[in-house]
Amino acid sequence: MAMIGQPLDRIDGRAKVTGAAKYAAEFRVPNAVHAVLVQSTIAAGSITGFDLKEASDMPGVLAIITPNNAGKLTHPENVPQAVAGPLLQNKDILFNGQHVALVVAETLEQAQSAASAVRLTYTRGEAATSMDAMLGQAYPPKHFRNGARPPDTSRGNADESFATGAVKMDATYVTPIEHHNPMEPHATIAAWDGDRVTVWTATQGISGVQSTLAGQFGIDKANVRAICPYVGAGFGSKGNTWPPATLAALAARTVRRPVKLVLSRSQMYTSNGYRPRTVQKLKIAAAADGALLSMRHDGFSSMSRPSLGEFAEPVALATEMLYACPNVAVTHRLVALNAALPTYMRAPGEASGVYALESAMDEMAVALKMDPIAFRLKNYAETDPHENKPFASKALRACYEQGARAFGWEKRSAEPRSMRDGNILIGWGFATSTYPTNRMPSAVKIRMEKDARVVLQCGTQDIGTGTYTVMTQVAADTLGIPMHHIRFELGDSNMPPGPVSGGSMTVASVSPSVQAACRALLDKIKDRAVAQPGWGGQSRDGLQLRDGQVVGIGQQISLATLLEHGPIEAEAKTQPGDEKKEFSMHAFGAQFAEVRVDPDLGEIRVSRYVGAFDGGNILNAKTARSQLIGGITYGIGMALHEETLVDQETGRIVNTNVAEYLMPVNADVPDIQTIIVPNDDKNSNPLGVKGIGELPMVGVAAAIANAVYHATGVRVRKVPIRIEDVL
Amino acid sequence: MDELITRREVMVVAAGGMALSQAPAHGADRASDASEKQTSDVPVSLRVNGRALTLHVDQRTSLLDALREYAGLTGTKKGCDRGACGACTVHLDGRRVISCLTLASRCQGKDITTIEGLANGDQLHPVQAAFIEHDGLQCGYCTPGQIMSAAALIKEGHAGSDPEIREWMSGNICRCGAYPNIIAAIRHASRGA
Ligand code: FES
Ligand code: FES
Repeated sequence: MAMIGQPLDRIDGRAKVTGAAKYAAEFRVPNAVHAVLVQSTIAAGSITGFDLKEASDMPGVLAIITPNNAGKLTHPENVPQAVAGPLLQNKDILFNGQHVALVVAETLEQAQSAASAVRLTYTRGEAATSMDAMLGQAYPPKHFRNGARPPDTSRGNADESFATGAVKMDATYVTPIEHHNPMEPHATIAAWDGDRVTVWTATQGISGVQSTLAGQFGIDKANVRAICPYVGAGFGSKGNTWPPATLAALAARTVRRPVKLVLSRSQMYTSNGYRPRTVQKLKIAAAADGALLSMRHDGFSSMSRPSLGEFAEPVALATEMLYACPNVAVTHRLVALNAALPTYMRAPGEASGVYALESAMDEMAVALKMDPIAFRLKNYAETDPHENKPFASKALRACYEQGARAFGWEKRSAEPRSMRDGNILIGWGFATSTYPTNRMPSAVKIRMEKDARVVLQCGTQDIGTGTYTVMTQVAADTLGIPMHHIRFELGDSNMPPGPVSGGSMTVASVSPSVQAACRALLDKIKDRAVAQPGWGGQSRDGLQLRDGQVVGIGQQISLATLLEHGPIEAEAKTQPGDEKKEFSMHAFGAQFAEVRVDPDLGEIRVSRYVGAFDGGNILNAKTARSQLIGGITYGIGMALHEETLVDQETGRIVNTNVAEYLMPVNADVPDIQTIIVPNDDKNSNPLGVKGIGELPMVGVAAAIANAVYHATGVRVRKVPIRIEDVL
Repeated sequence: MDELITRREVMVVAAGGMALSQAPAHGADRASDASEKQTSDVPVSLRVNGRALTLHVDQRTSLLDALREYAGLTGTKKGCDRGACGACTVHLDGRRVISCLTLASRCQGKDITTIEGLANGDQLHPVQAAFIEHDGLQCGYCTPGQIMSAAALIKEGHAGSDPEIREWMSGNICRCGAYPNIIAAIRHASRGA
């Protein structure tokens, strides 16, 4: 029976439910000491002095590292994961909560206590903290999408055609700063041995850690080993190699002992990126029959001071390709503030951008008096209207149909406030979801031991997505041997490199190299068989591996006998082909939300949810469903809960904890029905997968906002939607 | 947790007593080995997962850090260190507590069960088995806390219906969003329990 597609239990499930799975901070490294970061309390200016007397006199303190004694680190070129700072390289303060010192002590308690006794003096500068006040000084990003495309594009003439529309909308949508808040805080243990360093670190990309540290410390990549077999999720916050990993290595070099640095939850709000705030201006016009004439999407996203790097939230990319509209213009702009550097967060671009786009499309449907799904279908893009290419595959129509049927959409009465359960207002909302299909190079090593057990290795990560499990499934099917004879290992930069676990591309990237490595191994097994006495003349391609036997014409030999000559090893590297030139590659989905709103109290509850997705080929129905419900839950948070609040006076984030940064808890999440629309997308990659890490969160906030409008008649154009917004 | 002083309370007490402890300016002495022992060598004898242990902790050490940093039991997770996420949930004398707000030095003579001690040898606790079967986890970092809470609330009789489970499990944040699967797992485990 084929293993691919089965709803199999997670292979690492047992390790995770028994506490045996080891996360970065949990490795036992003899003689390790503890480091605690000290962060700035002003948002702009410079440090004029340190008073370290009290702290350095405290028990157990081994070192206090400041810009005065940190020594020089080099910023590596061409390593996209390397973050430029703050790395204690100068005394400029660019944001509140910036790392300014690092205290190392024998125990955690001693380090924490001494860190709180570090005193600084500053000169204060003028801090820019209000994005809205700075919108007039927005500027185009310099390296949009790492230079892969310009920040602005247009087709037709969006502005002229807007005037000709029978129905128009022009509105601004705002999304807040959001923080990833993976449950595992960032953590690194660093240990030097001469000029070689090993880091156990919480990361979505061990290869990036390796290149970054090598560059920063000026050592050979081969001298950096990054280990991360389990990571307590990341959602983008562990994609880059952020300063704390570097500072842990710096501290370990300074005190000549292994150093463990774990961020506090509070410090995570200024240490490893966030989803920037966006202001998005949407202008859409349609003919009276609902045919789109013009779309304009101007996106602004908040940024740090430019010297820290650049990240632009690519909010308008979906607007280019999602609907068949002849006139479209999109722009992306940045607003520099005294804030930490933002970064990718689950469905970067699409989460914020499709929220705005699909809210605007709902407003258009209302104005046109059309059913929201019928309006989307009227403008369905059969081919990618931006790139002028066919889609590699697109089962969005089936997502709409199957989602609507499961939800009971046809029973919806269009009028706002028309559906009730007693006093409670009921709203049904809908939105489209889409996310690009990505793929990167990847390499896998495979070895069949003498007992015919197989070990595969790839320097990839399992961020909770099921990499261990699905790669074992792929290997089992390719080799034709049972899963329990296979072990897939990951999370060590000594293994062949895999890509960063981001952009929903791990399975699309790594599974082809697993397949290729398995095939290479099979070839070597067969080579060994035909080299046996009496097998002369048989072609390798005619042989089969069956029940532990290599079977040829009139000959067979057991694997066990072949393996008496020693284990067999193979390695394979795979990379994307020309498919991106030929096809537009995207995953799709349809999101349906029911909300119940108390008209007196304004309380909004999501009471029912259906999501139907075209994620290409699904390798494990069980772990895939978990990704889907997890993404939808992330979207519920975006719609109703999550918002990082910055005090405009001080530039300080005021809710740096998981009690006041609201995230969905169990009672906030209803039954979620997920539908996987079958679609094997072999045009995109050998396994036909599209990636489903980000897709399920895209459009959720719009579906819920549209449901809130349907329930209450109040159009809220920002998230999170709060009680006071609907009262 | 009523008879235990929580760490938060102790922090308040410590802040109040600050002037006193700062008065003698024994900077040099405080850095010496002798005074280090004074703050960092508080012996605590307790049973963890049925095993008698004596840990030499700091008076500021939380039960969570005592388990993770002193006893090498890292199955219990630190998500917030402030009592807000539930990742550090353990059983103390049979009751669930958040170990980040429990002082280790107040656990003298106590009986602690952590995720490492929940299974019966190789035989998983029904909640652990159900979490695997229903995929009530993704990254797994919140999972030990979820399971310790779930095992306790089933025992307490709080798993009667899905809404009841939802409410009682809402002190355990799962950022991966495994909630519906966690409900399914607890429902399943409580039927058998
Ligand atoms: S770590 Fe104790 S509640 Fe979060
Ligand atoms: S499984 Fe990742 S936080 Fe719950």
